[in-house]
Amino acid sequence: MPSNNSQPIPVKQFQPKSQFTNWIGILPFFVFIFVFLIFPSLNLFSGAFKDQQGNFTLANMKFLSNPYVLKSYATSLQVSIITSLVGGIFGFFVAYAIVMGNTPRWMRSILTTFSGLAANFGGVPLAFAFIATLGRTGFITAILKNICYANAAGVQVCPFNPYDNGFNLYSLTGLVLTYIYFQFPLMILTITPALEGLKKEWREASENLGASSFQYWTRVALPILLPSILGSTMLLFGSAFGAFATAQALTGGSIDLVTILIGQQIRGDVLNNPNEGYALALGMVVVMAFMIVGYTILQKRTTRWLKL
Amino acid sequence: MKTKRINFWAFFWVVLAFLYFFLPMYGTLDFSLRMKKGVLSLLAYQKVLADPQFLASFRYSAIMGVITVIFSILLFVPTVYWIHLKMRQLRPLVEIITILPFIIPVIVYVFGLIRTFSGPPFQLTLTPFKTDILMVAGYIVLAMPYMFRAIDVGMQTIDVRTLTEAAQSLGANWAQILFNVIFPNLRTAILSGALISFALVIGELILGDFLARPALGPYMVEVGRDMAYQPAALAIMSYALTWICLGLITLFSRSNNNQRQILGR
Repeated sequence: MPSNNSQPIPVKQFQPKSQFTNWIGILPFFVFIFVFLIFPSLNLFSGAFKDQQGNFTLANMKFLSNPYVLKSYATSLQVSIITSLVGGIFGFFVAYAIVMGNTPRWMRSILTTFSGLAANFGGVPLAFAFIATLGRTGFITAILKNICYANAAGVQVCPFNPYDNGFNLYSLTGLVLTYIYFQFPLMILTITPALEGLKKEWREASENLGASSFQYWTRVALPILLPSILGSTMLLFGSAFGAFATAQALTGGSIDLVTILIGQQIRGDVLNNPNEGYALALGMVVVMAFMIVGYTILQKRTTRWLKL
Repeated sequence: MKTKRINFWAFFWVVLAFLYFFLPMYGTLDFSLRMKKGVLSLLAYQKVLADPQFLASFRYSAIMGVITVIFSILLFVPTVYWIHLKMRQLRPLVEIITILPFIIPVIVYVFGLIRTFSGPPFQLTLTPFKTDILMVAGYIVLAMPYMFRAIDVGMQTIDVRTLTEAAQSLGANWAQILFNVIFPNLRTAILSGALISFALVIGELILGDFLARPALGPYMVEVGRDMAYQPAALAIMSYALTWICLGLITLFSRSNNNQRQILGR
């Protein structure tokens, strides 16, 4: 910092001279982060490679190949992939409609506001909302249930009761429907900037060169959008993969997601070896780390494209 | 012709999005009003508001939220200020650290926190007060991505260096610079970070549940297990709370657009 020597007040006393004094200013932050974030995480990860006596072992990794554990990972991955794909595609179309579709302005502003709300509205209340809507006595269930008519034999039939047709909110299908409630708004929020970066001139240029709409999309728009579409989809994946509260409140923990399994482990219900729980947790972080690395790489590519 | 077709599909997707958003909301509202047979009533809401356990857990979570917000501000504002002023080379590193709570799933983080601090030598879960310290630390970490980003964005819009030099040349010390110059200039950013953090703490389940503290999240799960109509009422109330928090953020950031940097008193 340039100091002004003509100043009568000794400015210098407030200026730490060495790199060392500079570090003091951010020391509280790093101490806090180390104690309450880094240290517990490291503790968890090292615990995954220890037995209960504290000796190094790879036995906990073998626990990860236990069929029960593998199934929970498969279920978590399944829910995350389905909801991020369906929510991502749906959200993309809605965002595209908002940005390019000449929809009325009031619709746009309501949809953007609601995306912010719905993307932040998760956890237990979300599960309650879906139970009140699609549960056994829910609002939509009641409407569908009451569509009845007398058949040829004079018997009342109500063919649209979802629970007679194999639907169950407290199942994987129900979980997917519920997650999509916060997934597609998240997609709208993250993809809209990229869609706004698509320049009208590009479409005009490709039309002037005789390209069809299909060619414009496959040759121009999608290659530019693809990195951010994939990046956003990964973000969606992460938010579904780590979700716990909604699943717990919706199904009471009856669906074995990895997060639910870890929850039972913390309560001490299921596994009697906490180090196996550490391995379970480490597996989740490894999956997430892959996703985030991919996201970062793709994000860099997008920004490079859109700067053109 | 072509534009008409695009408009139809745009309309289709927008309507579908509206339905997906509003049907559960309307369904929940409708359900929450049907506790008394045959008539619409606010009975479910009255029952919730009359439940002493609801009031206690809401008060507990709200107090936790306020404490979390205060400590987050005291921790992050000086840190971000110092990074912008002196240690710009550290910003990428700190940015990565602050998004760690997004990468590590919450349940994994809380698992690590409990296993680390419940046993010796720390034993932070022996008394309610010590457990609350752990809760606040956990909440600060979970809210960190939002809080840090909000303050960082706010700090970028003000000229930290000029403000600091001006204050120094008038003889202000570091505390005066922070509290009389930097804080007032960042109030919009701090407020949006604070509101998001507060909403996060109020709705958080995992920490309160696994540390066995009387927070709102575990209370709601319990109500969801035992009751039919009160959960719907609680869901509508949390919709409203989230809406209020987001609305306030929009309001404050809009009204702040008219005014530029202000200097200390």
